[in-house]
Amino acid sequence: MTMERSIFVDPSRCIGCGACMAACRECDGHRGKSLMNLDFLDRSTSTAALPTVCMHCVDPVAPCAQVCPVDAILVSEDGVVHSPDASRCIGCQNCVHGCPWGVPKFDVEEQLVHKCDLCYDRTSVGLGPMCATVCPSDALYYGSEDEVRASRPRRAAVDVFSFGRQELQTGNWMVVPEEFSVLTFPLVGP
Amino acid sequence: MTDTGRRRPFRHLTPPGVDDLHSAGGDAAGRWETDKPDERWVATHCAFCGVQCGMHLRVVGDEVIGVEPRMDTHNRGKLCPKGVAAYQQISHADRLTYPLVRDADGLRRATWDEALDRVVDGIRRVQTAGGPDAMATYGGASMVNEKTYMLGKFARVGLGTRFTDYNGRMCMVSAGAANYRSFGIDRTANPITDVAMADVLLVLGANVPETFPIYIRWFWEAMDRGATMICVDPRETTLARVAQLHLPIRPGTDGALLNAMLHVVVHEGMLDEEFIAAHTSGFEEAKAAVEPWTPARAADTCGVPAADIVRAAELFGSADKAMLSHARGLEHQVMGSRNAMAAINLCLATGNIGRPGAGYGTITGQGNGQGGREHGQKCDQLPGMRHFTDPGAIEHVAGVWGIDPSEMPEPGEPIFRQLERMEAGEIRGLLNICSNPMVSWPDQGRTQRILEGLDLYVVIDIFLSESALLADVVLPGSAWAETEGVVANSDALVCKINKAVDPPGEAKPDIWILTEIARRLGREEQFPHMSAREVYDELRRASTGGRADYTGITYERLEAEGPIAWPCPTDDHPGTPRMFEDLRFYTDDGKAHFNAVEVDPPAEEPDDDYPIRLTTGRNVAQYLSGNQTRRLGYLSDQTPAPWVEIHPNTAAAHGISDGSPVRVTSRWGTTVLPALVVRTIRQDTVFIPYHWGHPVAANQLTKASFDPISWIPAFKTAAVRIEASDEAAWAVTPPPVHQGGAR
Repeated sequence: MTMERSIFVDPSRCIGCGACMAACRECDGHRGKSLMNLDFLDRSTSTAALPTVCMHCVDPVAPCAQVCPVDAILVSEDGVVHSPDASRCIGCQNCVHGCPWGVPKFDVEEQLVHKCDLCYDRTSVGLGPMCATVCPSDALYYGSEDEVRASRPRRAAVDVFSFGRQELQTGNWMVVPEEFSVLTFPLVGP
Repeated sequence: MTDTGRRRPFRHLTPPGVDDLHSAGGDAAGRWETDKPDERWVATHCAFCGVQCGMHLRVVGDEVIGVEPRMDTHNRGKLCPKGVAAYQQISHADRLTYPLVRDADGLRRATWDEALDRVVDGIRRVQTAGGPDAMATYGGASMVNEKTYMLGKFARVGLGTRFTDYNGRMCMVSAGAANYRSFGIDRTANPITDVAMADVLLVLGANVPETFPIYIRWFWEAMDRGATMICVDPRETTLARVAQLHLPIRPGTDGALLNAMLHVVVHEGMLDEEFIAAHTSGFEEAKAAVEPWTPARAADTCGVPAADIVRAAELFGSADKAMLSHARGLEHQVMGSRNAMAAINLCLATGNIGRPGAGYGTITGQGNGQGGREHGQKCDQLPGMRHFTDPGAIEHVAGVWGIDPSEMPEPGEPIFRQLERMEAGEIRGLLNICSNPMVSWPDQGRTQRILEGLDLYVVIDIFLSESALLADVVLPGSAWAETEGVVANSDALVCKINKAVDPPGEAKPDIWILTEIARRLGREEQFPHMSAREVYDELRRASTGGRADYTGITYERLEAEGPIAWPCPTDDHPGTPRMFEDLRFYTDDGKAHFNAVEVDPPAEEPDDDYPIRLTTGRNVAQYLSGNQTRRLGYLSDQTPAPWVEIHPNTAAAHGISDGSPVRVTSRWGTTVLPALVVRTIRQDTVFIPYHWGHPVAANQLTKASFDPISWIPAFKTAAVRIEASDEAAWAVTPPPVHQGGAR
């Protein structure tokens, strides 16, 4: 249930160019639609930007799949959380609301949800996913933890995220300053 | 790295083809089974920018349907958004597919014969009335070298005119002039990969992440190694954001800054005296010129603290290996060439040249920005980067071209001097290929008056640009994936562009068009119809013995070995990625030359009427005048229209809020744009990206003022006033976009 290579998201390297989204649109499974996001965090004060890809949650496994009432989201043995099967998806958007990262996208015209499947047509045969393959700055990097550890001094890679009382371990990683081992997101609201 | 207790075993998978780092040529279709059995992959390089990323074009039948990353040496599969979308222009619905001629009702469809007759008759009329020099050509550095070479030959031999120039006049000419005066040769000294090996990086006027995204990895690699980054830019770019030292100087004051840095280097004993004595000349004059430029004086001029200038100089001067890189920010000024000379002075004074990780680089913008200035479309140049001042060069090239040396026209003039001759009625005709002056030239109103006033104005392009709309005849040419050819990238690496499909409809290869016009003008002997390969072989012969010597760079070698850096004089020469490693220079005395730099103020200084500095520049999703990228769905979605970047304090003082319309007015024009209110720009400066045409063209606001050495326009230093506007920001009507992915 683990991925030998995964995506490492390093916001400190992101130049906000949008090559990742441009490349995501080129995936043969969903041409013309980007299934990832890129945000300028606060453009009024900074040029800092952050790409968001599906993190392919491991433990608890794939909240999006767990809340799907029709089992449309397959989690394959290699840990990849697939896009909802169009023949099953009923467009209820449970997965859209269940995802902690805001990744699944609801297509109003199709009444279907699409999400990143880690470019399964590519990664299942050893190629990198489109977004990380093209990323000019290695803000999205597809490889192993050892490679990242060796090449990025003073940085740590974390795959554990804390949302209030809920801890989540993911298949993809975030690269952060070295003092972090878990990224904690403060609870918003009551 | 914190031990999470969940570390996974790692097994390296080698994707098919990934180790094949030199697959410049050939068809990689065999390596990947697709569900489209007739899909073939054409290995090539990107259409946009001087990085020249390797890519595969995915072709089905006669249509390019997509892009597949390619593990080429310098981009290793990486692409910026322009690179990903580049293929979408090839089969774009807006492509020009038949010739157009102007009659009383405007442009209408014509046959090739009718259109070419119109061109040839027009040229004859213009040249009969005003002599051969009454006709001019204007080319572009996005064309492959086969086309730029052919244009230079077409002008000198086909038309017999001395007036040819190209749009690198707005790109590389300041750096080129400085390179010539300092090193005797015009190309980047160190490859960009040297950045990764440097201890200190000084980046001036180069928004690397936005304009050369692929190059940013070398900067990140340097910083991972512990290198110190100094970034000089009036805006906080994503590079400046992570730099140890950011100097947000006033636009147009780079020369003062660099002179002050050399002043500090001199006074703090950080000179490489041994290097200066053995390998340079002119140091005493350069030293005398920087003497008045104390850090305090420069701080006043540049608008940054003196202590930061001193710190930058100390970091650069004390480094074992320092790399200085600059781009158009420093060059688009009346001081452009002198700024670049001041940058080179600093490198020479500290012995930073000719070593791995220590040196100097001008980052070239256009796809063939380096090659476009080597083989004859530039006004003062003959193929192989030869000069008219060398009688041997004229004889050699005349021999290759099959003309008598006495027939060779005199050297020409920069396009912006030619414009004065157009205004005076001396030049009456212009053939413009691959350029869009109505967006890219300063003072758009003047540009339009000049183009409309010509007796004959011919455009060869792939789309109906703002400038083509004014033409008497528009000839549909070929896009980059429709002919074979080579380009020289920012590092002077010659890269092979491969043909994927034929031009659409009745569109023709540009070489065919130029050849056909020349033949119809009676130059059949010098202009047989040639394939791209035949043109290239002629170009190589013409370049033999010149500074940009391509003799040893054959199509076969490029296909087998991948990109090769010139000079490469023989078949077994490995190419020259890094210049001056032997510390011998291409100058008359073999030494690198210091040039004393006197600092002049910018062309326009802000005053009471126009109190704000306007600087123009680029956006990552657009390329040059936007004639291609504004039509490509994803890119157009990212930045459908320009904006004006304003500091919050300045915005508040004018009652402007984020997103609200702002009227920006200069002495030369006015426009209304939405505000982007950000802290990432100086308070006294606003920024507008320039890729769009009227009515939102940044170049409505810029003054037609030029560097007296290089004749580059001073795009970076206009003076404007800003006002909150109650008009809706003029919406650009984007051309119909072709959503390439959703087919």
